[in-house]
Amino acid sequence: MSARRSAIHFTVNGERRAVQAPPMKRLLDVLREDLRLTGTKEGCGEGECGSCSVRMNGELVNSCLVPALQAEGAEIQTVEGLALDGRLHPLQQAFLERGGAQCGVCTPGMLMAAAQLLDHNAHPTLPEIREALAGNLCRCTGFIRIFESVVAAAAAKMDERASEAVLEQAHNAR
Amino acid sequence: MSSNATTRIVGAPVPRKEGINKLLGRAQYVDDIERDGMWHGAAVRSAIPRGTIRSITYDPRIDWSELAVVTAADVPGENCIQLKVADQPCLADGKVNHCEEPIVLLAHPDKHKLGQAVAAVRIEYDPLPPVFTIEESERQDRIVWGENNLLESFLLEKGDVDAAWAEARQIVEGEYRTGAQEHLYIENNGMIAEYSAENGVTAWGSLQCPYYVFKALRGVFGLPEEKVRVVQTETGGAFGGKEDYPSILACHAALLAMKCGHPVKMVYDRMEDLAVTTKRHPSRVRHRTALNGEGKLLAMEIDLATDGGAYATLSSTVLSRATLHAAGPYACPNVRVRARSWATNHVPYGAFRGFGAPQAIFAMERHMDEVAAAIGLDPVELRRRNFLHQGDTNASEQLMREPVILDRLLDRALAESDYHAKRARFSRENPARTVKRGMGIAAFYHGSGFTGSGEVYLNSLAGVDVTPAGQVRVLVSNTEFGQGTNTILTQIAAEALGVDYSDVAMAAPDTAMVPNSGPTVASRTSMVVGRLVERASLQLVAMLREHAGLGAGYTRDEFLAACERQRAAHGEVRSLCRYEAPPGISWDDENYHGEAYGAYAWAVYVAQVAVDMVTYSAEVEEFWAVQEVGRVLNPVLAAGQIEGGVAQGIGYALYEKVVVENGRMANNQMTNYIMPTAEDVPPIHVYFEEIPFHHGGFGAKGIGELPHDGPAPAIVNAIRDATGIGFRAIPLLPEDLFARLASQESVEEPAAL
Repeated sequence: MSARRSAIHFTVNGERRAVQAPPMKRLLDVLREDLRLTGTKEGCGEGECGSCSVRMNGELVNSCLVPALQAEGAEIQTVEGLALDGRLHPLQQAFLERGGAQCGVCTPGMLMAAAQLLDHNAHPTLPEIREALAGNLCRCTGFIRIFESVVAAAAAKMDERASEAVLEQAHNAR
Repeated sequence: MSSNATTRIVGAPVPRKEGINKLLGRAQYVDDIERDGMWHGAAVRSAIPRGTIRSITYDPRIDWSELAVVTAADVPGENCIQLKVADQPCLADGKVNHCEEPIVLLAHPDKHKLGQAVAAVRIEYDPLPPVFTIEESERQDRIVWGENNLLESFLLEKGDVDAAWAEARQIVEGEYRTGAQEHLYIENNGMIAEYSAENGVTAWGSLQCPYYVFKALRGVFGLPEEKVRVVQTETGGAFGGKEDYPSILACHAALLAMKCGHPVKMVYDRMEDLAVTTKRHPSRVRHRTALNGEGKLLAMEIDLATDGGAYATLSSTVLSRATLHAAGPYACPNVRVRARSWATNHVPYGAFRGFGAPQAIFAMERHMDEVAAAIGLDPVELRRRNFLHQGDTNASEQLMREPVILDRLLDRALAESDYHAKRARFSRENPARTVKRGMGIAAFYHGSGFTGSGEVYLNSLAGVDVTPAGQVRVLVSNTEFGQGTNTILTQIAAEALGVDYSDVAMAAPDTAMVPNSGPTVASRTSMVVGRLVERASLQLVAMLREHAGLGAGYTRDEFLAACERQRAAHGEVRSLCRYEAPPGISWDDENYHGEAYGAYAWAVYVAQVAVDMVTYSAEVEEFWAVQEVGRVLNPVLAAGQIEGGVAQGIGYALYEKVVVENGRMANNQMTNYIMPTAEDVPPIHVYFEEIPFHHGGFGAKGIGELPHDGPAPAIVNAIRDATGIGFRAIPLLPEDLFARLASQESVEEPAAL
């Protein structure tokens, strides 16, 4: 890889960041090495396993296939950005309670893929969940408990929204 | 005995102990760890399967003074990674016996320059003719290992097989084969090592068995115990693939660290991991079975052979488990199992979940369906007539002292899967359909813990302590790699100590801190180590009652106060227990006779399969797994173990093919080594029948390996049910189905042309 470095600016988990990196350096390595965000994992380095999945400008990407320069100006979310204000994301809570994570290496990518799904489809069917997670390999769970976790998280998010709506109604009615 | 008592924490679906860190992305796997001044290491490997090394030259365009270069000549102790036999060098010295055998190690601070240097080492060889198959090896016209290529052989004899053939109403023969299988843990093998003359070697890495790596480092460096330390980092899946291999990688990283004076990290990428690390042993199993007129087994003669690869590694112990599972969970008066593991010039095969049992059970359970067809009996009925029951002896003449509930497991599996009704419906519907469906079954058992006297030799030591800060800790060398060790052992300790689950943590998996409670293999953690932790915890409570004024009923604070009184009087609060064999256990290693395992887990699995006669793809549509594994310590984790094992078993049967060309894995990428994805795994229904085992941790037996044993034969039996063809080899890919089914169709339906 060329030693020539470029300044790359982007937003990661809501924070503006700048790194000096070779333009063709993999986004995965920029996150892990330059920003020390090691939650994102490498499983295969060729876009097959999905362990390095992150969200970039609202899309789910394999960060091992994204050159750093392509991330210029991008909004990126990694597993470290899922929990907000010390509260687990409903997916993290559901994976914890329902056995969605075993060895944990596919988990960050799996969570990002599942978060991407739920943001676009609040109540996915089982076939939709299977399709959305088909690019993320898990060797431990046989996926069954991951599916259950996603269903549970969707239900929890609905509850959350419902309770927010109730609060809003209550607020408006006052 | 506590195993029958009501429990607060054991049996509850408490969340995974280290789960939060994994979900937040905070868990520290080896590649997430940096050490000051760390360099990166790599291996230069054999390009040929067998030969002598003529020369090693270093391209002068590289500034070699920037690199650490290590060869066999730099090994300070024994150039040998010894598991059972001292045959495998840490670095090849003058000759190579398989492709990818490590010859030269390099380290550099910059990964990119390291890669250039690896490409700049030229190794010339004088090739020797290799051996690549069991058949070539057993012909022995080319000797590639020892005096006769034979890595190990066992002979198990029960009754008089030779006399039984004359009494037989029918004799059925069959040959079955299984392929290699890759573990495909998502985290590749990796290790960081440091060396100093003062402190010796420290290795941190992704591994199952800290004390195996400890032993390997001691040998390769010739160091005393106090100069070697091994620490397991968070480990991203293992399945046996991090049982023996990490010993090699740790020695490599440590040799480089000694040479360059810096910490050295070696983390394989996927292509290297697939090409160079161990896989499941390929097997060939021949059955010859005698039956009487009532469908009862009279005699079983089983010839079992495995390809062990170029070095002995764990082939003998894998063969041992294969031998002891070869005759299945059946009562048969006359059994002979002749098992041999043959050397070839393949990358050495190693431990993989099930450890020889999946190979043996594939053959046994496929053969049962062939026997049933040959004698015109329903495959379910044939099994039922021959099941082991309490009071029977199995093939090694171990008396089944504990309850055996195979009939109950079978009934439940049939009922839950609606087996008979579905089979009848499919056989009605199939002739008119291009997608043909079938139901298949497999019945099996899996021995928990080390074989025979293995647990006695291991002499495991485990326990609990309480730190001055009031932290209760489990002290074991058993490791977490996704299967739940941390959770179940802290559940057991919390239960037995009468404190909360959140009060108990695992001590760091660090040989400087924890006793040797044996390796994390062989479905032994829940049963053997769990029982040690339970005993040590009860012993601590008794100690506190006797010496530290702990009352009969106590609160958490009273418990910790008693611990502090104990500490004031004795300096520490610590309780350790050593393994004690259950009474009446005897094993004859010479004759493969006696109590092979402390306990067996039992299972009946059912697969529903659809075979598309246009695309020739076979798909598992639904799967039912019914088992008895003793007490279930954590229902969520236990079901997760079964589901994950079944998914791996589906891959073993239908997807996962290791393509080897001239001794080298040709498909060493996730792009073309295919495992089941979220879209391939069917609904998996998991059921437990619980019978507490009194010598296991709170009644537990082993669970981890069991679920890999049954899926492959159940699936291929279902394909037989769907298509009428009894396939005898796995993996069974669409091209294999096409080869048989297409020709069968053209034979059967000439009029249609």
